[in-house]
Amino acid sequence: MDVIPKWADAILVPLISLLISFALSALVILSIGKDPIEAVKIMVTGALGSSYGWGYTLYYATNFIFTGLCVAVAFHARMFNIGGEGQAALGGLGVALVCLSVDWPHWLVALPVALIAGALFGAAWAFIPAYLQAKRGSHIVITTIMFNFIAASFLTYMLVEHLRPAGAMDPATAKFPAGTHLPSLADALGLVGIPFSQAAPANITFFIALLACYLVWLLIWRTRLGYEIRAYGHSEPAARYAGISPTKIIVVSMMISGALAGCMAVNNVMGEAERLVLNSVEGAGFIGIAVALMGRSHPLGVLLAALLFGFLYQGGAELSLWANIQRELIVVIQALVILFTGALDNMVRMPIEALFLNFRRKAPVEATTAPKPDAKSAQGGHGA
Amino acid sequence: MRDGAENAGRPDTAAPAIELKGISKAFGPVQANKDISIRVMPGTIHGIIGENGAGKSTLMSILYGFYKADAGEIFIQGRKTEIPDSQAAIAAGIGMVFQHFKLVENFTVLENVVLGAEEGALLKPSLAKARKLLSELAAEYELNVDPDEMIEELSVGHQQRVEILKALYRQADILILDEPTGVLTPAEADHLFRILNGLKDQGKTIILITHKLREIMEITDTVSVMRRGEMTATVKTKETSPEELAELMVGRKVLLRVDKKPAEPYARVLEVENLRIVDEDGVERVKGVDLHVRGGEILGIAGVAGNGQSELLHVLGGYGRAAGTVRVNGEDIDLTGSRSDGQSRRARGIAHVPEDRHREGLILDFFAWENMVFGYHNAPEYQKSSWFMDNAAIRRITQEKMQRFDVRPPNPALAAKNFSGGNQQKIVLAREIERDPDLLLVGQPTRGVDIGAIEFIHQQIIALRDRGKAILLVSVELDEILSMSDRIAVMFDGRIMGERLPAETDERELGMLMAGITDTGRAPVHRPPSGLVTGNGTQA
Repeated sequence: MDVIPKWADAILVPLISLLISFALSALVILSIGKDPIEAVKIMVTGALGSSYGWGYTLYYATNFIFTGLCVAVAFHARMFNIGGEGQAALGGLGVALVCLSVDWPHWLVALPVALIAGALFGAAWAFIPAYLQAKRGSHIVITTIMFNFIAASFLTYMLVEHLRPAGAMDPATAKFPAGTHLPSLADALGLVGIPFSQAAPANITFFIALLACYLVWLLIWRTRLGYEIRAYGHSEPAARYAGISPTKIIVVSMMISGALAGCMAVNNVMGEAERLVLNSVEGAGFIGIAVALMGRSHPLGVLLAALLFGFLYQGGAELSLWANIQRELIVVIQALVILFTGALDNMVRMPIEALFLNFRRKAPVEATTAPKPDAKSAQGGHGA
Repeated sequence: MRDGAENAGRPDTAAPAIELKGISKAFGPVQANKDISIRVMPGTIHGIIGENGAGKSTLMSILYGFYKADAGEIFIQGRKTEIPDSQAAIAAGIGMVFQHFKLVENFTVLENVVLGAEEGALLKPSLAKARKLLSELAAEYELNVDPDEMIEELSVGHQQRVEILKALYRQADILILDEPTGVLTPAEADHLFRILNGLKDQGKTIILITHKLREIMEITDTVSVMRRGEMTATVKTKETSPEELAELMVGRKVLLRVDKKPAEPYARVLEVENLRIVDEDGVERVKGVDLHVRGGEILGIAGVAGNGQSELLHVLGGYGRAAGTVRVNGEDIDLTGSRSDGQSRRARGIAHVPEDRHREGLILDFFAWENMVFGYHNAPEYQKSSWFMDNAAIRRITQEKMQRFDVRPPNPALAAKNFSGGNQQKIVLAREIERDPDLLLVGQPTRGVDIGAIEFIHQQIIALRDRGKAILLVSVELDEILSMSDRIAVMFDGRIMGERLPAETDERELGMLMAGITDTGRAPVHRPPSGLVTGNGTQA
């Protein structure tokens, strides 16, 4: 029997972690002489109070969904892919090359090709560490983090030496042609009559991110490949026994992971900046780790966690703008959330488990006095 | 409940060496120990017997200070004693020999004995004292071990002696041994029992935890039976029988022997010729094995754990490389190339019930239905399309198989970890046997399985044999080998020492073979060339 029911594991534990981190954040804000309640108001109105705020929140969330899924898929194969940052950066290169190579007639044509290019570049960047892990035993955590630096240097080189338009001072590509311009969320929602801010960067990539969540769910829980990935992730000796090739699982799951990170570029490079700039990923690859941890590597959890971090990003930006709270403090708040929901998970989980056990130990005593045996309780909490 | 008996040679007035009163311990919803009371008189050997998960180890862990009891009192030599940690247990004169030894492999015997009990900052005086004591103990109890030998150089039996010496060095009066014979040959076990009897004669109190009825009958004075966390009985060994103890353990009558017809073997299904297996550290584990199994027979491979049986099973099951020839139904099997994996083996009609179902046979976090297709998940009947698995069909098939194999509860949506050991094993068996393989590899089919399920598992394997299939059974339980096999091969140091028919051999003879002793005297033990073992130096 599982120690705590699924709903408590999926919702209660992260929620309490979140509340603790917010409480601590409030103390930090208090300690620099600001009003935490005022700060919360600014964050909420700034991120969720207007369609402009939502536009930014969803834009960030889209990035985090892709990188969160990237980490989550690798997690299922017990691979810790810290390289989302680099894989997303390479995805950006792929998207930029596609967008600049052809004078695209319409975004509907450009989008699938850009998506595939981003995914391929991301997957290729993840392939090298995966191959080294599978064939040479080089630890994936070390190699992927190294590959982030290599990716950053490589992109700088590419932008400065090859992609920068002649005469431009800025290490960035030229503006993408108009045919690659993706409809904004306002355009999309306008079709169904919902007014939305045109100024916000959120675009239809958000829907692709939602689709990606569903596809990852299908992959992990409905396909044979997903079954093998999960089996390998749970027990390598068992996978060997069953004839599941560790090399195949490591390489394939990492390439899917990298491809998801690479897809993020459609949002930030093609959808928002409409050119490739230096450091276009802006740490979203690392936020993906926290998102996957908090979302328990489940696509739905990743979606919710990504929305939360989108809120924190946009709310934080508003806070530094209006409340005269330094940018660094926002980072502290975000770090506290990551710390409590990701790293300190057991600190909350264990007392809750103890609580449930206490509750359950008392419960059977009462149950024995009941005349009919409760057959259903034996099956409770194990639904897929 | 009958009261704990006292040793014949001692006055009844002596305080019990250990007395537990009303010990209870719960882990979450599981009541591991429920109101347990026992008295063990000094100078006796007291057995505690019970199935896996009956709460034996929990009770002993409480006594050794690893767990704190929720309720109850402990009296040592008549005095109420708190045991918050193992230091307190040692101070109270309790010594523990664990199932898995707690020795530093690359320390000498002497260093291990002294470790944790050094007197002063300098080692020399302690080592000298230990050396003197060791030579005394060796003479007194047949506890001879070379004090300057490295632990990793010692046999398992000798390592166990070091554990006992550690306890005695710390002046233990009460010695607890947890499943001490699991890794020993019968001869080593006999030697251990002589040591224990010697200790008993010197007034030491010994508690022996085991699930083997034979050992209880052979060596203990009194025995307590545990079932589902409760102490169901404490009886004098002389006044009980294995059948009665088995019944007390399980709660119902148990058939202790296996019913089977004589085998009707026909053609050879599995042929192994000169099989050699070298492990990752470059050590040769299997050194030229020849054997065959015919359809309709069970070949039992006896041997002490770690003599190459596991590696043999792994290679036949498709994980691990080997040199030599293996044929199934007359066709060569790939031992090194791309078709030396588990999937290819299954395609050739080889099914495998692995030795370690927790590590290999099951994925504990997977649902029963996911486990029921594990290894066969590529089979066409489990697919909805080329990518997607037909989970609904798998659940339905699982439900049927669970019913046929009496898995309780028959709920496909329960995670494998939530089943008892016996029911987990039934899931693995159902999965492998229902594929109707030509050859079934079975490793330790009843390890950690409750007596009730053992009967069923044995019956299923024999039923497969009676359908004309070949079965290769590896077990460290001699009883199981003797009762199940149609032929017995004994493995020692990577070789087959000999083959016997169960009707024409006995435990003594098999025990000698398991220790590497053939009729012609001790077999030459070929150690691998020293250059090859260096990689093994630091390995645990």
